[in-house]
Amino acid sequence: MTFGIVTFPGSNGDYDALRAPIEALGEHAIYLWHKDHDLQNVDVVILPGGFSYGDYLRAGAIARFSPIMREVVAHAERGGPVVAFCNGFQIACEAGLLPGALLRNASLKFVCAPISLRVERTDTLFTSGYEQGQIITLPIAHGDGRYSADDATLERLEGDGQIVFRYAPDPLQAAEAYNPNGSMRDIAGIVNAQGNVLGMMPHPERAVDPLLGPADGVALFESILNHVAV
Amino acid sequence: MTVTARPGDPIITPALVAEHGLTTDEYDRLVAMLGRTPTFTELGIVSALWSEHCSYKHSRPLLRTLPTSAPHVLQGPGENAGVIAIGDGMAVAFKIESHNHPSAVEPYQGAATGVGGILRDVFTMGARPVALLNSLRFGSLDSARVRYLFAGCVKGIGDYGNCVGIPTVAGEVVFDPAYEGNPLVNAMCVGLLKESELMRAVAQGVGNPIIAVGARTGRDGIHGASFASEDLSEGSDAKRPRVQVGDPFTEKLLLEASLELIHSGHIVAIQDMGAAGLTSSSAEMAARGDVGVVIDTLKVPAREEGMTPYELLLSESQERMLVVAKKGREEQVRAILEKWDLTAAVIGEVIAEPVYRVVEGDRVVAEFPGIRLVTDCPTYEPEARESDDIRRRRERNVDAIAERPKEVDPVWTLEELLRSPTIASKRWVFQQYDHTIRTSTVIGPGGDAAVVRIRGTDRAIALKTDCNGRYTYLDPREGARIAVAEAARNVACTGARPMAITNNLNFGNPKRPEVYYQLREAVAGMAEACTALGTPVTGGNVSLYNENPSGAVYPTPVIGMVGLVESLAHVTRSAFSTAGDTIVLLGDNTAEIGGSEYLQRIHDTVAGHPPRCDLTAERKLIDALLEAIREGAVRSAHDTADGGLAVALAECVMMDRACATGAEVDLGKWSSLPLRALLFGEAQGRVVVSTPDPQAVLATAARHGVPASTIGTVKHSGSLDIRIGGHRLKASVPSLAEAYHEAIPRIMQRSASAQDVALTSDAVV
Repeated sequence: MTFGIVTFPGSNGDYDALRAPIEALGEHAIYLWHKDHDLQNVDVVILPGGFSYGDYLRAGAIARFSPIMREVVAHAERGGPVVAFCNGFQIACEAGLLPGALLRNASLKFVCAPISLRVERTDTLFTSGYEQGQIITLPIAHGDGRYSADDATLERLEGDGQIVFRYAPDPLQAAEAYNPNGSMRDIAGIVNAQGNVLGMMPHPERAVDPLLGPADGVALFESILNHVAV
Repeated sequence: MTVTARPGDPIITPALVAEHGLTTDEYDRLVAMLGRTPTFTELGIVSALWSEHCSYKHSRPLLRTLPTSAPHVLQGPGENAGVIAIGDGMAVAFKIESHNHPSAVEPYQGAATGVGGILRDVFTMGARPVALLNSLRFGSLDSARVRYLFAGCVKGIGDYGNCVGIPTVAGEVVFDPAYEGNPLVNAMCVGLLKESELMRAVAQGVGNPIIAVGARTGRDGIHGASFASEDLSEGSDAKRPRVQVGDPFTEKLLLEASLELIHSGHIVAIQDMGAAGLTSSSAEMAARGDVGVVIDTLKVPAREEGMTPYELLLSESQERMLVVAKKGREEQVRAILEKWDLTAAVIGEVIAEPVYRVVEGDRVVAEFPGIRLVTDCPTYEPEARESDDIRRRRERNVDAIAERPKEVDPVWTLEELLRSPTIASKRWVFQQYDHTIRTSTVIGPGGDAAVVRIRGTDRAIALKTDCNGRYTYLDPREGARIAVAEAARNVACTGARPMAITNNLNFGNPKRPEVYYQLREAVAGMAEACTALGTPVTGGNVSLYNENPSGAVYPTPVIGMVGLVESLAHVTRSAFSTAGDTIVLLGDNTAEIGGSEYLQRIHDTVAGHPPRCDLTAERKLIDALLEAIREGAVRSAHDTADGGLAVALAECVMMDRACATGAEVDLGKWSSLPLRALLFGEAQGRVVVSTPDPQAVLATAARHGVPASTIGTVKHSGSLDIRIGGHRLKASVPSLAEAYHEAIPRIMQRSASAQDVALTSDAVV
């Protein structure tokens, strides 16, 4: 299987997104340049973290107009899997691949920390490797991660089971403020209605090597490997 | 060629010369070099290059006394960054630099552009930046202005490093009234490269084009270098326009484009246009290669129309590089930059004639013979004399200071120290820095030192900055020795062999004898320690004139240490983890309390001799510790520093709040020492180790001649229970954790600074 990692000029999580499938799964991964028009037949597209075009205007607002994004949207419309981490999630929302928007953290501060998440769905092609209700730990690192949408959208997401990860108190630790950015309904990650596009603020691609901390991101990559026919 | 003044240039008068910060002697030297009166442009060039910031004129003679060589040093001082070999053909480039003055008047941009500058210094060596550190000093957090500066600097550092995507993995933050009004912001960058890819900023090859790369040149930051070379004053706020504005997105593009250029083989040299911008980068590259250069200011891409050569040469607009390309490769260079949406303009060339020449089209506006522009700058070794006031403070008998009634309960004292913002957890700070990006941070902020793995090998590097300015104030030589020794001890605690340092000398006005004395003594102490510990100096930065109307900052020679972990199996953490492990103290306790955080925090007193630093003992301690770690006998290792042994033990049981433990400790062996010195004194050369195999640790220590004592056991008891003869300190771990982890968030929550900072950043973004 080949993962294609889109490199926007200000992407900086592209390296981690490239290394994760290679090191955790032994699969192939290549970079896709933002000015290109060709996805080079990759099976899975990853929109990585970073600051796509500086994001001085609004995270992802310019990236959606880049040449490669036309191809990514077409790939998603064909049912191809797209995984969007952090800035990628912001871009996916701007590009209309996912509903809602990511606003400035409620604290107005960038937050980098390990965070507890509850796996809400295990029947997606990204999460079958987890257990329903499992509490996992992944790193977050963002300044604009407050998921927001109108009530109708939120109800639809709840009703259709599109909320995949929620920030959650860790049963082993004190339940202090566990929602790190003020996201509505503690939403950390969602899928689109078709279930082939995942957007999430936490970074599973940074959690695949036990040397660096809990390797709870591995199951996400394994799920993709097990579900995507090559 | 004949140099002609531009129409409209001001006449050179003594007042104008003084305004440019040149002394009469320096001006005479300039006239003698030229054999004529300088033009306005030439005066501007010299004022920048001969500023303290660029020329190191008051520190260079002292810096020459530092040890700078070792077999593993590939590049010592004098380049953009130092470089050491770490085996397997890999090398590490690293450097620390200050941005004190800009941060004092505009904390967000001042600190942010400090990060930008140090990143460029490292990637111009051909190294990919893999880690950032920063060493910060502020006044007391009781002041609203200080909270504004603190919050602004932290946000500026975070926003810049986070956007470029380089993890900020370690650092230190110290709060002391001595830094009120003149904060210190020192940023360090560490990069990885292959030895074969090492690039130097040496202009070579007659006919080779000189290319300006990156952002356009604007009118921002003109005379920033000169601003950094004077005392801060009431009027400093008016110099806010001299502070540059950072654009981390462009920096990221520049980083990628520069590394691609270096690896392409199309260029021969590259340098950041940092302090004194185009002037210093072109003059320094020419001087290193001992070649002539000509620059045409009409060809420099400008942000606005009508900029004069003077402005173009002295602008400190950020995110710009100067490149010397191979002749005929201009198009290839341009293609690489176009890929990254950056501009490149040929603005000059390397010439055979030994001159530094600036033209504006057909008019020669500045010309200096050979490389004398750089080499003719005078150096000074002014009078040095210790301040009587400081000597009296040092000689004061601090043992006679009576205990406060509350000290009857040592738990009160311990928690008071844990709440001291200098000791307390800096999570509020480092949570704003992305420290997990690049997936190599094995130990991040909060430990004794950061550990960053080197992918594709079994190795890692350990990184730390250190300095206790209070020690250096009371005794500059001893304080500097301790700064080096503590940094070395810290990296050793993580399992790394200390390899080399970069230093940032933050001092006051060197023209004052008591300040120059501090500088001279501190450099001497640093030289002694670096020699004894085998950690040469590979470069650094000197920041003088750190004064404001209320006086000079503490002399603060910050040490940035790089260590090498030879196997990932050796990586060792600070906190206790496993119940039943034995606690061993390496080193010995003493009666010293001089210069301690205890005296400062509990008695509001800065006095006494700082603890004695025995460099031979420090070396043995490091050797013993590393051998015990290699033997697999060490579960955790934590250096005792600010707040002494009691604070170190408290940190061991609760610094990792989610995995807090407890401990039972018996210090009866030292019951003859004054209790407060035993618990809170800051004797050097001590490390608290937890081990499943105490006999192995004790035997290894004995072999190296290092005192070692079994002092207790790790327990999941929820308490820290220390017995000292008839005395007992029994503290609840959650309560200690609360004091340590909540101190800074509480202070910052109370303040309105969060709002101030949000406004600052919104205005910029």
